[in-house]
Amino acid sequence: MIPNLNNLSPYDTLGVQERVDRFCKRSIKKSSKIEGLKLALSMIDLTTLEGKDTPGKVRQLCYKAIHPHDQLKGLPKVAAVCVYPTYVSLAKKELEGYGISVASVATAFPSGQSSLKTKLSDTLFAVEQGADEIDMVISRGEFLAGNYEFVFDEIAAIKEACGKAHLKVILETGELDTLDNVRKASELAMHAGADFIKTSTGKIQPAATLPVTYVMLDAIKDFYLKTGKMIGMKPAGGISNSKIALQYLVMLNEVLGEKWMNKNYFRFGASSLANDILMQLVKAETGYYQSSNYFSKD
Amino acid sequence: MDGTDSQDAFISSWAYDPAPESQDHIKIDKRYGLFIDGKFEEPKSKTYFKTVNPANGQVLSEVAEASEEDVDIAVKAARSAFKKWSGLPAKERGKYIFRIARLIQERAREFAVIESLDGGKPIRESRDIDIPLAANHFFYYAGWADKLEYAFPGRKVKPLGVTGQIIPWNFPLLMAAWKLAPALATGNTVVLKPAETTPLTALKLAEIIRDSELPHGVVNIVTGAGETGAYLVRHPDVDKIAFTGSTEVGKFIRKTIAGTSKKLTLELGGKGANIIFEDAALDQAVEGIVNAIFFNQGHVCCAGSRLFVQESVADLVISKLKIRLNSLFVGDPLDKNTDIGAINSKKQLETILKYIEIGRSEGGQIYQPECTLPKKGNWCPPTLFLEVSQSHRIVQEEIFGPVLTVQTFRTIDEVIEKANNSPYGLSAGVWTDKGSKIFHLTKKLKAGVVWANTYNKFDATSPFGGYKESGFGREGGLHGLKPYIKFE
Repeated sequence: MIPNLNNLSPYDTLGVQERVDRFCKRSIKKSSKIEGLKLALSMIDLTTLEGKDTPGKVRQLCYKAIHPHDQLKGLPKVAAVCVYPTYVSLAKKELEGYGISVASVATAFPSGQSSLKTKLSDTLFAVEQGADEIDMVISRGEFLAGNYEFVFDEIAAIKEACGKAHLKVILETGELDTLDNVRKASELAMHAGADFIKTSTGKIQPAATLPVTYVMLDAIKDFYLKTGKMIGMKPAGGISNSKIALQYLVMLNEVLGEKWMNKNYFRFGASSLANDILMQLVKAETGYYQSSNYFSKD
Repeated sequence: MDGTDSQDAFISSWAYDPAPESQDHIKIDKRYGLFIDGKFEEPKSKTYFKTVNPANGQVLSEVAEASEEDVDIAVKAARSAFKKWSGLPAKERGKYIFRIARLIQERAREFAVIESLDGGKPIRESRDIDIPLAANHFFYYAGWADKLEYAFPGRKVKPLGVTGQIIPWNFPLLMAAWKLAPALATGNTVVLKPAETTPLTALKLAEIIRDSELPHGVVNIVTGAGETGAYLVRHPDVDKIAFTGSTEVGKFIRKTIAGTSKKLTLELGGKGANIIFEDAALDQAVEGIVNAIFFNQGHVCCAGSRLFVQESVADLVISKLKIRLNSLFVGDPLDKNTDIGAINSKKQLETILKYIEIGRSEGGQIYQPECTLPKKGNWCPPTLFLEVSQSHRIVQEEIFGPVLTVQTFRTIDEVIEKANNSPYGLSAGVWTDKGSKIFHLTKKLKAGVVWANTYNKFDATSPFGGYKESGFGREGGLHGLKPYIKFE
């Protein structure tokens, strides 16, 4: 059932920013920092979504997912590798047996400007290829026009097409303009069957921001209070270094808490983040920052 | 899911390692004399009292207790400095005040650490709020020093003379700044008495004043307890008393100086109403409730200590508030991650605990989150009292601690009546998405400050002060100059 979007409490942009600033002021040091960095690494969806992607690049990315930095013992693997549907079967083969999921974008990613029929077949193709997770985009045009039912039905239809695959619903918050819209879109997605809600495609600026993620976490919290169902969260795009990643984790820790602090309920959609985390972890172990040339760039 | 147990659902597990602000850069003397006529002097009383860290009971320093004779010496120093200081070109006065402001900024970190050590407030607050705001006040009033003719167009203004200023323990440096900056800018000289539990930053400020080469005797700082303050209030050669503190002491001061020509401003207690309407941004309102009452452990005269939530959203807001309380960190004031620090003194803790007992015996439903408090020191967890009404003592009286009473309301008229139904009138908060509702309430609420969709925001340019038993006179802004001048 489409949720009632008229009785949602509004958001005050300044108030949200103030709250977010508080999270950013947390001082994360020593073992709690290492713990946070390792957790962040384990939550990464290593992503390549370019027109110029090659089988070789996807293969390298998969290797990196399994072996983030072999010089350092005790590192977790990343959560997933995220690619276009055409590379799903390749990634699936490369990652087989390693417990790393393959996520695929679908539904006329990144704009979503196509028919439902095309989106469904896009999704089915990715699922057939072996995708464990589908990252879909919502129809922002319809959403902004107020056709919430259209958006809801579309997400529900894609969810059905996903079968066993987990569904992440990308709201593309950079195009939604207000925090109130972000909340509305989150409600639609969660009620329509999303397993995760995700901020951005990474193709539109601004991508993930802390205030937007805060609103989505708040929506997840309220949804849980109402239904008892846990929805996951994935900020994507713009989370380029450890410091920012830790700020997201602090926010997650203090808004949703323990149950959400794992890769089943939180992901980072990022590509350069992994190397920065590795650099920090090596620094923690050796006391020195090493040149970025010591970390594989895939 | 039932909202009442929901706070357990979001417990966090990632414990942050201690992140204490370092103390190696600060210097606290073993003993402080009285700052009179530009120098630290032994008190004639020969007596000293200890100032302790409320977070662990450790003695930080010994501070002189000023006797009647000491106060008299300080007032004489202020009197003899007055002529020269008030006769200085206004621009020159301004320069000294600017210098004090800059010196505070330069030593901000040291001041922040000492403020937290001596008073128990979280370093986040002393670092981000108290100390920058104190510097801000000096900067702001330094700017006014040579522009008084624009502040009061068409009038010639003169300073009052010697002002006696008595400040509280909740914002020790900031209150000193609120009082000193406008007094100096208008050409007065000062005898300042800091609170007995938190004298250290005022004494560090004395060092800055000495280093700024402010003419001797313009600012004198006499430490001591209530008696010392009383000597200052009674002193015949003091032209004005500015007091921030309890309503009880405020009444005493007013009685004491009745019949004299002394001028007076009082900034006293409060029992601020924080009003949440159903159309508010509720999640930010919950945050606002937290900032309103738990800021500085609730040791805030303008704290939003009476919460009014509109009936239709009361359950939701209260359940969200309980969840939020469980994510607050209570503990070491010097830890950068601490949200709620130590209660300022044993005496104040006893007062708070007494009120919590009263609340229980009055039948209020108490809620406190699970939190492990340090063994030593003075601590009180954030506390809610539900199911209370206007006739409960904990709703009527100022507790000055992290204790919030929660009431619900149905109509606007009802909440205005309840909010104003208090001997106090210092502050209020209104949370709604409707601008028209904000203006409707700000007109009707008898409170010196009304915040809309925020709470506990301060700025040097903004006047602050109360109605009714919360006092009179304004501090801050253009209005803050007026209590320190007379018209020719």
